[in-house]
Amino acid sequence: MTTEHQLTAENLSLGYKDRTVIEGLELAVAPGRVTAIVGANACGKSTLLRSMSRLLSPRAGQVLLDGKEVHKLPAKELARTLGLLPQSPLAPEGITVSDLVGRGRHPHQGVFSRWSVADDTAVAAALEATHTVELADRAVDELSGGQRQRVWIAMALAQETDLLLLDEPTTFLDVQHQVEVLDLLTDLNRSRGTTVVMVLHDLNLAARYCDHLVAIAGGKVHAAGRPCEVLTEDTVRAVFGLDSKVIIDPTSGGPLMLPIGRHHMVA
Amino acid sequence: MSTPADLRQASPATVAAVTRGRTRRNRRRRIVIGILVVLIGAMVAVSLMVGRTFYPPGDVLKVILGQDVQGATFTVGRLRLPRTCLAVLAGASFGLGGVTFQTMLRNPLASPDIIGISTGASAAAAVAIITLGLSGSAVSVFAITAGLGVALMVYLLAYQDGVSGIRLILIGIGIAAMMNSIVSYVLSTAGQWDLQEALRWLTGSLNGVRWEETVTVLITMIVLVPVLFLGSRDLTVLQLGDDTASALGVRVDRTRLLVVVCAVGLIAFATSATGPIAFLAFLAGPIAARLAGPGHSLLLPSALVGALLVLLADFAGQYAFGTRFPVGVVTGVLGAPYLIYLIVRANRAGGSL
Amino acid sequence: MSTVESVTPSGAAVVRRPRRVRLLWFLVCLGLIAVLIVASIAVGTRFVPVPTILDALGGADDTLDQAVIRVRIPRTVLALLAGAALAVSGAVFQGVTRNPLADPGILGINMGASLAVVVGLAYFGLSNPNSYIWAAIAGAAISAVFVYAIGSLGRGGPTPLKLALAGAATSAALVSFVTAVILPRNDIAENVQSWQIGGVGGATFERIWQVLPFLGAGLAVCLLSARSLNSLALGDDVAAGLGERVAIARGLASLGAVMLCGATTAICGPIGFVGLVVPHGCRLLVGPDHRWLLPFSALTGAGLLLAADVIGRIVARPGEIDVGIITAFVGAPFFIYIVRRQKVRAL
Repeated sequence: MTTEHQLTAENLSLGYKDRTVIEGLELAVAPGRVTAIVGANACGKSTLLRSMSRLLSPRAGQVLLDGKEVHKLPAKELARTLGLLPQSPLAPEGITVSDLVGRGRHPHQGVFSRWSVADDTAVAAALEATHTVELADRAVDELSGGQRQRVWIAMALAQETDLLLLDEPTTFLDVQHQVEVLDLLTDLNRSRGTTVVMVLHDLNLAARYCDHLVAIAGGKVHAAGRPCEVLTEDTVRAVFGLDSKVIIDPTSGGPLMLPIGRHHMVA
Repeated sequence: MSTPADLRQASPATVAAVTRGRTRRNRRRRIVIGILVVLIGAMVAVSLMVGRTFYPPGDVLKVILGQDVQGATFTVGRLRLPRTCLAVLAGASFGLGGVTFQTMLRNPLASPDIIGISTGASAAAAVAIITLGLSGSAVSVFAITAGLGVALMVYLLAYQDGVSGIRLILIGIGIAAMMNSIVSYVLSTAGQWDLQEALRWLTGSLNGVRWEETVTVLITMIVLVPVLFLGSRDLTVLQLGDDTASALGVRVDRTRLLVVVCAVGLIAFATSATGPIAFLAFLAGPIAARLAGPGHSLLLPSALVGALLVLLADFAGQYAFGTRFPVGVVTGVLGAPYLIYLIVRANRAGGSL
Repeated sequence: MSTVESVTPSGAAVVRRPRRVRLLWFLVCLGLIAVLIVASIAVGTRFVPVPTILDALGGADDTLDQAVIRVRIPRTVLALLAGAALAVSGAVFQGVTRNPLADPGILGINMGASLAVVVGLAYFGLSNPNSYIWAAIAGAAISAVFVYAIGSLGRGGPTPLKLALAGAATSAALVSFVTAVILPRNDIAENVQSWQIGGVGGATFERIWQVLPFLGAGLAVCLLSARSLNSLALGDDVAAGLGERVAIARGLASLGAVMLCGATTAICGPIGFVGLVVPHGCRLLVGPDHRWLLPFSALTGAGLLLAADVIGRIVARPGEIDVGIITAFVGAPFFIYIVRRQKVRAL
C-alpha cells in the first residue's frame, strides 16, 4: 500500500487583504482516510484547502507535509505527492478527454523528457478508474456535468498522488451524479489507500461518505472526529446557527441531520 | 517516490487505445507543421524570384551564395532578400507573442494588438523616430520599454483580487485608444509626413526594409524563442486555470512573468522593425489552433502561421492590386472580418471566448 | 419638504435630487461655459486681450487681433455644438443599451460614419458637404445596428462586455477598410488623414449651418425620448408593463443619437470618449432621470469639448493638439475606471 503521508496545519492563520478568515487553526489529516470539511458559507473551508495545497501562503503558522513546510517544497515534488482539484477548473476549448487527463502527468515530466509508457499507463488507469474510457476521444466541452467532473477527477488521478484534496467536487451536480462522484472517491480510498480531503456543502452526504468529519466555525476547527461524534444537534447549532434534529440514518447507521426551521417546530 | 501499486494496473487494451489516440493527434500536428514549413519555403522562393523582374532560381541561389549576378545582386540581394527574411522573422515573432498572450489569458481577444501592447510599442517607436530623431537600436529600446510598460500597466489596472481576462481586455482596449492618440499626435506634428512612413506606425509595412532591422529581430528571436519554448509545457498547463496549474506543480507567477517578458520582447522588436502589422498577433493563434487541433502547445504552429501570413499578405499587397498596399493593410482587411466572426461565434456559443 | 416632485411613471428608478441642487449645478455649468468661451477666443498661438474681444463682438473688425477672433468664433461654436451632440448621443446610447460603456466611439459608430464619408469621397465623388452628412449618418446608423446585432447574440443579450468588444472589433475592422480605401488615393489622403484624428480647427460658419438642421432634429428627438428612456432603464419587460412600446421607443431614441453623432463626425471627424465621460459625470450631479440628464449632458459636453480644445491650444504652443487626441487621453482613463468598478459577472 502507499506510504502514509502526514498532512498537518499548525497555528494556521489565513486571509485576503485586510480580512482574516482562518486564525490559529490546528488540524491533522487522518492518513489513508476520507476527511470531509464542512462549515457555513465563507467560513474559510476552501481557503483552508487552498492553503494546504500551497495555493495560498499563510499569514502565520504553517502547513506541514511529513514535517516539511509545503510552501518551501519544490513545486513539482509537492505535486507528485499532493493533488488538488479546484472548484472550477478550466478546460481549454476543444481539448479531448485523454489529452486533459494527460495534463495530470505534468509534475512527472521534465522540460525535455518525452511522453513515456508510464504516462500512457497512468492515463489509461485513471480513465478506467473513473469509467471514462469510452469518452477518451471526445471533446471535454461536449460532456455533461457529471461526466466532466469524473474527467477532472481522472486528471487528478493521473497525477498519481497519495493525497488528493477536492474543493466541493459535487457542486452543480444532480444528486445521482453527486453520489456517483463520492462513490468513486470512496473506491479510490479503499483500493489504493489514497488520502482524500474534500470540502463538502451537504452535511448529510459528508457524514455518509467520510471517515473523519471536520467542522469549521469562527476561523477554527470547531469539532473533528468520527461523523457520529461530530454531527450533533449542538454542533449544527454552533456552526450553522440552525436548530436541527439528528437521527440515525436507516441506510448507513450513521447520523442524519434534519433541519427544523421556523415553521416546523417539534411539538 | 512510491506510487500505489495498482495504479499501474490498467488493461492493456485501454493503454493501447490511449497511445493510439495520442499518436493520431500528434501525427495531425506533425503533418500540419510539415505542410506549413513547405508552404513557407515555397513562398520565400516565390517572393525572391517574382516581382517587377523575374529571376530564375539559379540566379537567386547565386545571389544568396554571394556571387555577382547582373541586376539580381541588387534587386534580390538588397531589396527582396532582407524583405523576405524580415517577413518570416516578424511574422513568427508576432505569431509567438500573440499566441503566448492568448494561451496565458485563455482568451483569443487578449492578443497584444488588441490590449494595447503593440500600440504602445508603436507609439514609443513613433515618438523615438519622429519626435526625438533616433534610429536603430535606440528605437528598439524605446519600443520594448513601452511594450513592457503597457503590459505591466494593463495588468496592474486589471488586478482586483486576481486578474479577470475580461476586465484585462476591456482595460487594454482603453489603453490602446490612448496609445493610438499618441501615434496620431506624433504623426500630425511631423508636418509634411510621408504617408508610407505614417502607415508603418499605424498598420505595419515592410517597405524599405534594411538588413540592420532584420538582424535585430533575428538576434531577439535567437535569445527569446528558446526561453519561451522552455516555458511552453507550463504554459499549456496554465490553460487549466491558475489553481489547477499550481496544483500540478507550475510556479504560476514565475511562468507568467517569464513568458510575458519573452512575448513582449518579440512583439516590441518586431514592431520597431515593421510597425504593428495589423491583427497578425491576433490571427496566428486561432488559425494555428484550427489547423493543429487542441491539446498541445500552439507556439510552433502559430509562429509558422504568422510567418506564412506575412509572406502571403506582403506578396499580395505588392502585386495583387493596382496599387502597392503595405502588408498591414492586407492583414487588416483580412483579419477584421475574422475578428468579428470570432466574436459572433463566441456570443452564439454563449459565454467565454 | 417642498422638494417633493410629482411621481413619474418610472418613479421607482429615479433617484430624486432636490430641484434647487439641480438648478445650482445648471447655473455653475453655464458660468463655466461662459468663462470657457472667453478663454477659447482669447487663447491660442496669439493671445487676445479681453477688451478687444468685446470690441470684436460689438462688430469692430480692423485689427489683426480681431481677425484672429473671427477665426476663433466659429471654432468655439463648433466645439460647443459637437460636444453637446456627442454627450447627448452617448447618454442616449447608454440608456437604450442599458450599458455603462456605451459611447459612439467605443461602439464603433464614429468609425462607421468615417468609412462612409471616406468611401463617398473616394468612389462617389461626394464633395458637397450636405451629401457628406447624409453619408455619415447612414454609415453611423449601419454600424450601430451591426454592432448592436453582434453584441446581443447569445445568452444575456447585449452585456457591456459583448457590446464593447463588438464595438472595438468593428472599429478596428473599419479602420483597416478606411486605410485600404484612402491609401491608393493620394488626392484625398491628406485631407482625410487630418480629418480622421478628430478636430474642430477648420470650422467655418458655412459648414456649421449645414449640420445645424441635423443636430437640431437629432437633439429634439433625443430630448423627446427622455421619458421613454426612463422606462427602458427598468428593463424591457417592466417598460412594456408600463405601457411603453419598447421597440419603437428604442428605435426612435437610437435614431436621434445616430443623427447627432453622424452629423458631428461628418464635420469634426471621429471624436471619442466625450459621449462616455459626460453622462456618467452628469448622473452623479443630477441623478439618472433622463429628462434632466440629457440637457445637462448637452451643457457639460459642450463645456468639456471646448475645454479640451482650449487645452489643446495651450499645451502644444505654438502648435496645437486636436481635440480628438485630448478627449482620448482624458476619456480612456475614465473608461478604465468604469471597467474597474464593474463586477466581472456584470460584464
